[in-house]
Amino acid sequence: MPVPEKNEFFVDPGRCIGCQSCVQACTECDTHKGQSMIQLDFIDRSASTQTVPIVCMHCDSPTCAEVCPADAIKRTEDGIVQTARKPRCIACNNCVLACPFGVPKMNTGMNLMMKCDMCYDRTSIGLKPMCASVCPSQALAFGTREEMARLRPNAQPLNTFRFGNQLIRTKVNVMAPRTSSEDHVDVTAAMYEPAIGHDVLDDVFAEEQP
Amino acid sequence: MKQPTHAPGLPVPGLDVETIREFGPHRAYASELRVDTGSEPENHVKTHCCFCGQQCGLKLKVRDNTVVGVEPWYEFPFNRGMLCPKGVKRYLQQAHPDRLVSAYERADTSSGFRKLGYEEAVARVARAIERIQSEHGRDAFAVLSGASLTTEKTYLMGKFAHMCLRTANIDYNGRLCMVSAAAGNKKAFGIDRAANPWSDILGAEVVLVAGANVAECAPITTNYIWQAREQGAKVIVVDPRITPLARTCDLFLPVKPGRDTALFNGILHLMIENDWLDHDFIESSTVGFDKVAAEVKAWTPRRTAQVTGIAEKSIRQAAEWWGQAKTSFLMHARGIEHHSHGVQNVLSTINVVLASGRIGRKGCGYATITGQANGQGGREHGQKCDQLPGGRDLGNPEHRAYVAGVWGMSPDDLPQPGVDAYEIMRKAHSGEIKGLLSICFNPVVSLPDNNFVREALSRLDFFVAIDFFMSETARYADVVLPGSLQEEDEGTVTQVEGRIIRIQKAVTPPGDARADWKIIQDIAQALGRPQGFAFESARQIFDELRVASRGGVSDYSGVTYERIEENFGVFWPCPDQTPEGVPPPAPEGTVRLFEPGSWNPVAKGNGPFYFPDGRARFLVTPYQPPAEDIDADYPIILTTGRVVSHFLSGNQTRRIGPLVDHAPEPKCELHPRLANKLGIVEGDWVTVESRRGTCTIKATVVSTIRPDTVFVPYHWGGRKSANQLTISAQDPISKIPEYKVCAVRVRKAETAPKYASALEAQQ
Repeated sequence: MPVPEKNEFFVDPGRCIGCQSCVQACTECDTHKGQSMIQLDFIDRSASTQTVPIVCMHCDSPTCAEVCPADAIKRTEDGIVQTARKPRCIACNNCVLACPFGVPKMNTGMNLMMKCDMCYDRTSIGLKPMCASVCPSQALAFGTREEMARLRPNAQPLNTFRFGNQLIRTKVNVMAPRTSSEDHVDVTAAMYEPAIGHDVLDDVFAEEQP
Repeated sequence: MKQPTHAPGLPVPGLDVETIREFGPHRAYASELRVDTGSEPENHVKTHCCFCGQQCGLKLKVRDNTVVGVEPWYEFPFNRGMLCPKGVKRYLQQAHPDRLVSAYERADTSSGFRKLGYEEAVARVARAIERIQSEHGRDAFAVLSGASLTTEKTYLMGKFAHMCLRTANIDYNGRLCMVSAAAGNKKAFGIDRAANPWSDILGAEVVLVAGANVAECAPITTNYIWQAREQGAKVIVVDPRITPLARTCDLFLPVKPGRDTALFNGILHLMIENDWLDHDFIESSTVGFDKVAAEVKAWTPRRTAQVTGIAEKSIRQAAEWWGQAKTSFLMHARGIEHHSHGVQNVLSTINVVLASGRIGRKGCGYATITGQANGQGGREHGQKCDQLPGGRDLGNPEHRAYVAGVWGMSPDDLPQPGVDAYEIMRKAHSGEIKGLLSICFNPVVSLPDNNFVREALSRLDFFVAIDFFMSETARYADVVLPGSLQEEDEGTVTQVEGRIIRIQKAVTPPGDARADWKIIQDIAQALGRPQGFAFESARQIFDELRVASRGGVSDYSGVTYERIEENFGVFWPCPDQTPEGVPPPAPEGTVRLFEPGSWNPVAKGNGPFYFPDGRARFLVTPYQPPAEDIDADYPIILTTGRVVSHFLSGNQTRRIGPLVDHAPEPKCELHPRLANKLGIVEGDWVTVESRRGTCTIKATVVSTIRPDTVFVPYHWGGRKSANQLTISAQDPISKIPEYKVCAVRVRKAETAPKYASALEAQQ
């Protein structure tokens, strides 16, 4: 049964507290027990506690599938980009290198590319994915667009990403400020921004520090 | 510095390698049944997490008497399926290779212990209690209990000490956790419970979080705060570190550790100066405002800034937002409570709440964030040194008479109030206390100045520990009895909001392990004092507790297991009888305290607060510096706390592989400016030294902490324990230790410590 259309996946890195609950929950999945398909790390811990969870964005035209010489990666009609089919995957790493979001990982022990299938076993029967179920800050959230609009009136979901000249539309949304006039996220532009490095403490101290 | 001494055969902290080899902590990962995708769970048991005071609802997946995983319990209203990493991986503590499945006694073996039959072990314990009490008096045998136990067990522990052993000396590990908030709340409100359900966070215009690393220590609360902000709330965080919650808050007040009272006095000063006060509320519902107003007159923004280390403009901004808000929620945790002036700190926050008049209404809240699983229920029913069930006082003749009546004994036979947990250690050290029974408490890791604690335990004539793993403390015991994990027994706990919830049994205890309450009853039986200890189920204990709490402030008399299950929990107070004209509590109990017009058994209709006049108390909070301030010899402030993947002393979480992998070992956080001065870079081994001990761990250099302060999490034992450094100064009222401030010096270590090559990270 396909994932019901009304439910969508939303990522809001602004809410992420780096607790790794999503990563731990992902490793509980029966299809890849012990391995997480989510990556979560600090951007620059020396400067900030900011962390970002990276889940598969489930592209409309998935680059991973396009570059797969063995046709092992399928996007089902509900928009879910499935993990590589074991009999077909030749562990060539093309998808790992090509994915603009850096999501697929090669399981060298199994000679198999593995990635998030949005908990197909759960979402196809109306349950939330594990990561978005447990996320204590709801940086990862799963629900309808209407629900999100009601719960988060100051944010808007974006699902278009620019990588240089390549424009990618995804099933997964990223929350951006509603005040933003941009209709897409310019990923490569952000790469040239300096690290956050905000010395916010300096501004709020009363006295000279050592 | 005091030199630790060790009795022969007792563990040398961090170097008792053979004991660690046998008993762990070892890391468990999912294997066998737990990774077998072909087998379906036989059962999904709706229960709660075993760790923090949030008590998230979850379902344990059970097969072949093994907890094989966790499934979200979406219907439970507090967390709606959300879990932190500890909740997701908690199941790995069950069927663990380190699990104690038989009793042990100290012996001349390589691990220091030898297996012992359960009955023989219980008999040995009873003989030791009998001997010590008859030779040295009843109070020479002490009991230490814990707030991760079910309320039924905490009730039984209090009854066991007071009725069976008749010792004055029982206390619990909430002494390190909840007591400053409890004392402050009792002084100001006459009752000790979160005033509001968490749903009141939503709708608050200002959320003020003081001394609470919410994202790591109460992760589920994060979503409540973020949701309040989506609806327009401003978030103010008071903390010496930019915690994950503070990172995006609207106003960050980087308080110098130990200066919280000064900050809140300063905020109240500005509220008065600008007349941001609820005069009607102050007039009609409180007493003592004028004295407090006089006290805070001296706390000008300039002086407040000088003392707290926070910029004057930020203090003014906080007062303006707080002062002008129509709705608000103030919450605090150990950050302001773990001080030698913890109660003052709590009262100073209550003063700004009372001055605003924003309490007892929807969207107008105040709460401490309870730390332990049953931090709330565990502090209500008689395992505190001065307490009887129902939140009653051991020193009050009427209270003694009532409880003695329920227990079928003479009130004259009840002991008088005893001493707090740390004082029990001091008395053990001085020889006044000769014997100790401890359960659900790991003081060798969790008490401050733990070199002293080790000495104290080594000097005991007899020490029995009940535990499910060989904790760092149990390694000092003469006899260890195998107790029960949370999932191996049933009962109730009371979570952070004051909501009584059901813990369900998912599996049976392995081997000789027993439900803790059965062990206690077996000891009472072996002592020949079985009267009052013949319960056959947790439910029977709860039913007696209902009667024992009836008419007290913490009244559970109207709560039944069925009512809890039907309503996703019941908020106390929930009496089964109310006077004529007073409506009985709603099915879900008293969800919000202090509502205008509400009745309580103390005020009897005179007002919503729990004093005879029904009014809340403003209490004067003079600022005093920490017990040990920095000086030329020890020029840096040490503050301690937690990380998200571990819980308390780590006796459970340091055995759960995936949690250890996330946070393998303690690190000393320091600011780059301080690090530069000391010649320390990321990853260096550093020695942190106080007047009480030293600790060599790795450094992490981050600009998210005050440059005059270093932070070390306390979850580890042995030579990695932060509590080798901390000071045993205590609050004079609550007796909470000052974990959050002491003076240290820090230097780059010349070499890696010995433990680095001998032990795994979590050991």
